Amino acid sequence: MNITNFISIFISAVFVNNVILSRFLGLCPFIAISKETKPAIAMSFAVSFVIFMSSVISWCIYRFLLIPFNLIYLRTITFILVIAAFVQLVEMIIRKFFPVLYRFFGIYLPLITTNCAVLGVSLLNTDMFFNNGKALTGSFYYSIFQSLCVGLGYTIAMILMSAIRERLELCNIPKPFKNFPIAFVIASIMSMSFLGFNGFKF
Amino acid sequence: MFVAVIILSLLGFIFGISLAIVSKFLKIKVDEKLERICKILPGANCGACGKAGCFGFAQAILSRELSLDCCKVASNEAKVLIADILGIKFEKKVRLVAVVHCNGGCKVKDKFIYNGIEDCIYANLELGGQKECFWGCLGFGTCVNACPFGAISMSAEKIPIIDTNKCTGCGKCVEICPKKLFSLVPVNYDVYVACNSFDVGKLTRKICPVGCIACGICTKVTNSTFYIKDNLAYIDYDKIKDEKMLYEAMSKCPVKCIVKRP
Repeated sequence: MNITNFISIFISAVFVNNVILSRFLGLCPFIAISKETKPAIAMSFAVSFVIFMSSVISWCIYRFLLIPFNLIYLRTITFILVIAAFVQLVEMIIRKFFPVLYRFFGIYLPLITTNCAVLGVSLLNTDMFFNNGKALTGSFYYSIFQSLCVGLGYTIAMILMSAIRERLELCNIPKPFKNFPIAFVIASIMSMSFLGFNGFKF
Repeated sequence: MFVAVIILSLLGFIFGISLAIVSKFLKIKVDEKLERICKILPGANCGACGKAGCFGFAQAILSRELSLDCCKVASNEAKVLIADILGIKFEKKVRLVAVVHCNGGCKVKDKFIYNGIEDCIYANLELGGQKECFWGCLGFGTCVNACPFGAISMSAEKIPIIDTNKCTGCGKCVEICPKKLFSLVPVNYDVYVACNSFDVGKLTRKICPVGCIACGICTKVTNSTFYIKDNLAYIDYDKIKDEKMLYEAMSKCPVKCIVKRP
C-alpha cells in the first residue's frame, strides 16, 4: 500500500477508464438526465453515493462471507441485493428531504438499481484487489478509493455532458437531430476524446 | 448449496429489516386529496400560477395559499370537480385567450440584416430587433416554442397565429415576448386591435401599412368603447354593450388594424 498506487488508481478511474466514456457503463442517466446541469449534478451525486456505499458493503460481504464459505459464484446476485437495498435507502432519503428532485428524477432513481456502473465497480474491485480468493494488502482502502474516484469520473462526465447540452439549446440544430440524436453524437465525440488518455495502438 | 441458500436469505432478511426500520424514520404523509387533485389538474406544468408545476399548485390550493382562479389552464368543469374535493364553491368565469397585437410581419421592412441567433429575445437585444417598427413582431417564433399547448404557429406573413381552441390563456407567451405583443382577452369578443406601436401616426404610416395611426375614428363610432392612449387604440372590455359596435369599428378603421380573430 503506497501512494503511487493511489495516484494510479485515481488517474485510471477518473480519466483513462472513465466509467461512462471509456467503459460505457451507466449510460441511462447520462443521456436521460443530462439536459440541465443542476439535476445532472444531483443525479451523479446520488449515483456516486450508491457506488461508494455498495462497494464498501459488497467488499465486506465478499471478504468475510463469500470467500470463507467458498461461494464466490454468488457474488453477482449478492452485490445486486446490496445495491437494490441501497437504492431504496437513497430513494427514501431524497423523497423525504428533496421532494422536487424526487419528482424530477422520476423513474430514473429506482433505475440506479440496474445501473451497471454500480455493479461494475463492485465487481471490478473484487477482480482487481483479490488474488485467487485472497485479499491483497490494503485491498479495502484501494476499493474505497477506487469507488470514490469512479464516482468523481461519473460526475465529471455528467457535468461536461449537461453543460454541452445546455449550450445546444440555443443552437440551430436540424429538427430530426433535436434532443436525443444529437446527444448520442456528442457522447461519441466525447468518448473519442477520452480515448486520448488511453493512447492509440495501430 | 445449503449454505448458499442460508446466506442469501440471511442477507435478504437483514436488508429487509433495516430498510423497514429506516422507512419508519423517513416516512412522509401523503394527503390522498392531493393525488386526486393532481389527477384532475391539466398536468402541463406551465407554471403560470407561480408554482413550479401542477403538483405545487395542488399543494398550494390544499393549504389555501392560492385560490382556484390562479390556474388559468384548467377548464371550468375540472375546477368544479376540484372545488368539490376541497369542499368549497367555485364561480365560473369567462375563459381568457391570447391575442397578438401586431399584424405587420413581412409588410414591415428590415432596417438591417440580422445574422444572429434566430430567437426574438436575442434579436431584440440588437437595437430592438431588425424590423423598422420598434414595437412590432420580429417573427422568429420564440412564442411558438414557449407555448406549452402548441396553440401558436407562424403564418406565411411571419406573424404568430393563435389557435383559440387550443389556447388555455396560461400567459406564457405574454411573459416571453420581448415586445410584449400578447395579451389575454375574454373569449366571447373576437375583435382586437392588431397593433402595438406607440409611434405618432405619421411615423407609423410611413413604416407599416396596417399600423394604428391613432385617428380616433373607432372611439367616435363606438361611443368610447375604444379609447386612444399613447397613440394607440385599445378596447375597454368593461364598456362593451353591443358586439355589433366592435364590428362597425372594424369596418370603419382606415388602416384595418382592428381585426377579427381567425
